[in-house]
Amino acid sequence: MSEPLIVVDYGSGNLRSVETALRFLGAEFRISDSPEEVLAARRLIVPGVGEARAAMEELSASGLGQAIEAFWRGGRPLLGICLGCQIIFDLSEERGTACLGLLPGRVERFSSEGGRKVPHMGWNRVYQARSHPLFAGLADGAFFYFVHSYYPIPKDERVVIGECEYGLHFAAAVARDNLVACQFHPEKSGSNGLSLLKNFLRWDP
Amino acid sequence: MLGKRIIVCLDVRDGRTTKGVRFKDNLEVGDPVDMARQYYDQGVDELTFYDITASAQRRKIFIDVVERVARVIFIPFAVGGGIGSVEDMREVLLAGAEKVSVNSQAVRQPGIITEGASRFGSQCVVLGMDAARDPSMPSGYRVFIDGGRVATDLDALGWARQAEKLGAGEIVLNSIDADGSQGGYELPLTRLISESVGIPVVASGGAGQPSHLQEVFVEGKADAALIASMVHFGTYSIGQIKSYLHQRNIPVRLDDST
Repeated sequence: MSEPLIVVDYGSGNLRSVETALRFLGAEFRISDSPEEVLAARRLIVPGVGEARAAMEELSASGLGQAIEAFWRGGRPLLGICLGCQIIFDLSEERGTACLGLLPGRVERFSSEGGRKVPHMGWNRVYQARSHPLFAGLADGAFFYFVHSYYPIPKDERVVIGECEYGLHFAAAVARDNLVACQFHPEKSGSNGLSLLKNFLRWDP
Repeated sequence: MLGKRIIVCLDVRDGRTTKGVRFKDNLEVGDPVDMARQYYDQGVDELTFYDITASAQRRKIFIDVVERVARVIFIPFAVGGGIGSVEDMREVLLAGAEKVSVNSQAVRQPGIITEGASRFGSQCVVLGMDAARDPSMPSGYRVFIDGGRVATDLDALGWARQAEKLGAGEIVLNSIDADGSQGGYELPLTRLISESVGIPVVASGGAGQPSHLQEVFVEGKADAALIASMVHFGTYSIGQIKSYLHQRNIPVRLDDST
């Protein structure tokens, strides 16, 4: 776990909880808003809570968006969390926002049909659609903490590694090559979440 | 399926946890950071901390508690009490809380909800509401502020709907009549509000035994339930409450290994 890890700070939401979880795990990492540091990182986490449009505007203006994309092309391990799992797709329905486009697909809002409460807030089961090193040691159907109003719809279903049910089935975790992303918050998901983060720190795609 | 959340509420005064009965007569029950860690280990889904002193000079003690809690638990927690401005919201979020609960100040200045939601996201902004039975109100419940001491002109249902429109991401609905009684939640109030808004509703006030949680999830349609005395005094553990609910087919998050 001694590899340099960068957690991208793009002004979106609270990085504190990711920071405290990584510190608890004894990870060596730095929080950075520098595109150069992102490019030089060996491993990257893109967290984020908040709104897609504001996040993408900040990523474009700061050059961090381009840096994340270049990092990803370099083949090193990248983890997106929550909003960081949405902006990797082409387009978010949230104020019609063009996103990074690392994976084909779009992001839509939960409808309130059938009395569904939005945001989807709380602990829900994640079923492993396929096995992935991120889930090492975790039970199929393990609980993780979610808080979101939008969810990703990947064009290629084969990228879905974790599925969740909230009135409909949606992609709770996706992966392709060196990229993994989860819609839930591992840093707030108790020991399951800490295990998943530890798996990411060890992952060598 | 989304689990029903069990949230333990800790009232913090001068850096210590206390528990009152109907807003009065507070008993000290322990160190909030130790208690947070114990409830986390027991499998609680979420925690809420209320600063019940909320005086400016003691605020630092409370913020320090929040920071220390954030370092030892890896589940979401909310903070309320003494939130008077968006700057106050920012302070507790930076200290490590996921959510911030506004109550009296939201009544006085509803714009704080909208401003907080646009700056930090709706999911961070919780409306705390204290309501008491009042047959003269359209819904039968009136909103109170300042720790339940001051009556407002607001109807509980109308205020809940308005808060949702203003951008609140969740409502913690506390029944003044039931609070501290340990005689069960105010089911009609909980159901009325929960079925009328599109955001999650947390029932609060009156929990004394596991069957009260079953009632408030089934009959009250609550998305989450706040508890305090029934666990603070060691009467029940979180595990006992969850297994009781699980046996009655209420979806709850069980042990991490399952």
